[in-house]
Amino acid sequence: MDVTFLLQLLINGIVVGSIYALVATGFVIIYKATSALNLAQGEFLMVGAYICLNLLSKHQIPFWQAILITFAFSALLGAIIERLILRPLIGSHLISVIMVTLGLSSILKALIQLAYGTDTIPFPEVFPSEPVQIGPIPVSQGYLYAIGCVTILVVLLTTFFKYSKTGVAMRATASSQQVALSMGISVKKMFAISWAIAAIVSAMGGILLGTIRGGIDMSLSFMGLKVLPVVILGGLDSILGAIVGGLIIGILENFSGGYIDPLVGGGAKEVAPYIALILILMFKPYGLFGKKKIERV
Amino acid sequence: MRCGDFKTSYAADMSIFETRTARIMLAIFLCILFTLPFYTPGYVLDIINRIGIAIIGAIGLNILTGFTGQISLGNAAFMAIGAFSSGYLGTKLNLPFYLCIPLAGLITASFGMFVGIPSLRIKGLYLAMATLAAHFIVEFIIVKWESVTGGVAGLTIPTPKLGSFAIDSDARLFVLIFVIAILAVLFAKNLFRTKVGKAFVAIRDQAISAEVMGVNILKYKLLSFGISSFYVGVAGALIAYQAKIISPETFPVTVAIDYLGMIIIGGLGSILGSIYGAVFITLLPELLRMITTSLSGSFPELVNKLAAMKELIFGMLVIVFLIFEPNGMAARWHNIKNYWKLYPFSH
Repeated sequence: MDVTFLLQLLINGIVVGSIYALVATGFVIIYKATSALNLAQGEFLMVGAYICLNLLSKHQIPFWQAILITFAFSALLGAIIERLILRPLIGSHLISVIMVTLGLSSILKALIQLAYGTDTIPFPEVFPSEPVQIGPIPVSQGYLYAIGCVTILVVLLTTFFKYSKTGVAMRATASSQQVALSMGISVKKMFAISWAIAAIVSAMGGILLGTIRGGIDMSLSFMGLKVLPVVILGGLDSILGAIVGGLIIGILENFSGGYIDPLVGGGAKEVAPYIALILILMFKPYGLFGKKKIERV
Repeated sequence: MRCGDFKTSYAADMSIFETRTARIMLAIFLCILFTLPFYTPGYVLDIINRIGIAIIGAIGLNILTGFTGQISLGNAAFMAIGAFSSGYLGTKLNLPFYLCIPLAGLITASFGMFVGIPSLRIKGLYLAMATLAAHFIVEFIIVKWESVTGGVAGLTIPTPKLGSFAIDSDARLFVLIFVIAILAVLFAKNLFRTKVGKAFVAIRDQAISAEVMGVNILKYKLLSFGISSFYVGVAGALIAYQAKIISPETFPVTVAIDYLGMIIIGGLGSILGSIYGAVFITLLPELLRMITTSLSGSFPELVNKLAAMKELIFGMLVIVFLIFEPNGMAARWHNIKNYWKLYPFSH
C-alpha cells in the first residue's frame, strides 16, 4: 500500500473532519440546551460563508475583521431565529421542531439563491497557496490554518463553557432547566445564546470550507446533513463526542473515497457516513460519549 | 335547525359522512372530477395528475407520521423503490401495468417494513436520522445496481396497456391515477375505523398505554410502515408512468421534505388534510409560475428565480402553519365550517 497516499487521505480527512466537528459542535450545543434538532445547521454554514465572501470581495475588508463581522452577523441571525421561530414551539411535538428547522433551511437556501444565484463563486485567497512539506507529503497551507482555526475555536469554547458565568449558566440549563430557573438564570436567554453560538461556529466552518475549496455554492448546505452521522457517533449531547466523531467521520469518508470508490466507481465517499450512522444506531445508539439515556420503545 | 351534534347510535358516530348533504356534495364533486378530462387542456390535466399522485403519497406518509407518530425522512427513497420496481417489472419482465403497480407497492411495503425494524428500538429523532440515512443508502444502491435500475441513466417506462388499449394520453392516465387515488382515500378512511387504525393512533398518543391495553407494538408499527410504504410505492409507480423516464435524480431528498410539508400544512393525522396539503403544495409552484410569467413584462429577472421563490414560500408556509395552526388546513377548515354551521348562535 502506498503510504504517501494513505497519509494524504488522512490529512484530508482530518481537515474535513475538523470542519464537521465545528458544525457538529453547534448542533450539539443547540440539542443540549434546547433539545431541538437543528437540521438547518448546514444553512448557517452556507450563510456564514456567503457573508464573509461578500465582505471580502465587495467591501475589501481584511480577513480577520471580516471573520469578526461575520460572527457578529451570525450570532444575531441565530438569536433572531431562536426568538421568532423556535421559541413559540417550545414544548411542542418533535416532528414540529424537526419540520420547522427544515422549513428554515428552505428559507435560508432560497434567500441565498435569490441573492447570489446557484453558480459557484470564487472565494478570495486568504492563505498563501504554497504547500508546506511535512515529511514526505506536501500539505496546502490553507489546511494547516484551518486546523489551527478549529483548534483555537474549540479551546475558546471549552474555556467559555468552563469558566465564564454565561457558559456555566448554559451548562446548568442543559442539565436541568427547572433548577436553572430557580437559580435566577434566564433560560430563554440561554436558548438564544446557544443558537447564536451554534450559528457562529457553523459560520467559521463555512468560511474555512470556502478558503479550502476556493469557491462556494449551494452544495455547502449539504454539510448540515453530513453532521448527523457525526453527532450520532459522538453522542448527541457530548461536545467532545462531536469533535472526535467529526474527525472519525471525516477520515472514514476520505478513506472510503480513496480505497472503495475506485472499486465501485464512485459514490462510496458520500454514502459511507450514512452506513456508519445505521451501524452505530444498531450497536451503540448513544454514541461514544453520549449519556446512556435513550428512550427505549 | 341544527344546533349541535346529536348522535344516537355508534353507527352514526363512526360514519364517514355525517349528513346526506355531504354525500350529495361528494357525488357532485366526483362527477365534476371525472368529466374534467373532456374540457381541460393537457397541461392542466398533467398538473391534476400530479396532484392525484401526491394525494396517494401524502396519505401514505400521513398514515405513518400523522397517525402512528413515526417520523420518516426516507419517503423519497420509498417512492424511488416503487418507481424502479414497477419500471423493472414492466421493462425487464414485461408484466402488465395492473400487476406492476400493486407489486411495486408490495416490494416497497416489504422494504418499508425492513427500514421500520429499528423503530422498535429507537424513536423520535433517532428514527428520523435512520430513515434519512436509509434514503442516501437507497439512492446509492439505485445508482450502482445498473442491471435492475439502469444506473444514472435510469429507466424508460413503457406505455401501460390494457389489452390493446394504450393508456398513453394525460386523460387516460388521469382515470388510472384517480381511480387508484379514490381507492386509496377510501381504504385509509376506513382503516381508521378498524382495530388496526385505532391501534396506530394509540401507539402515537401513548405507546406504553397502548401496550398495556394489549396492542402489539411490534406488529402494528411494522404494519404501519408496511401500509404507508405501500401507498408511497404505488405513488412512485404512478410517477414512473407519468414521467415515462425515471432516474435517481427524480427522487431527491427534497421530495421527502415536500411531502412532510404537505401533511404538516394539510394536517397531521387527517386524511382530508393530506388531500388539502397535496393539492396545495403541488399547485404552489404552478401558481408562482403563473404570477411570475404575468409579471415578467415588468420584472424579467423573476422567471429565473422561480425555484428559489418556491422554496422560500414553502419554508415560510411550513413555519407559519407550525406556529399558528399546528393542526393544519384541515383543522382550520373544520373550525370555519363549525362556526358558520351554527351562525349566529355559536356557543
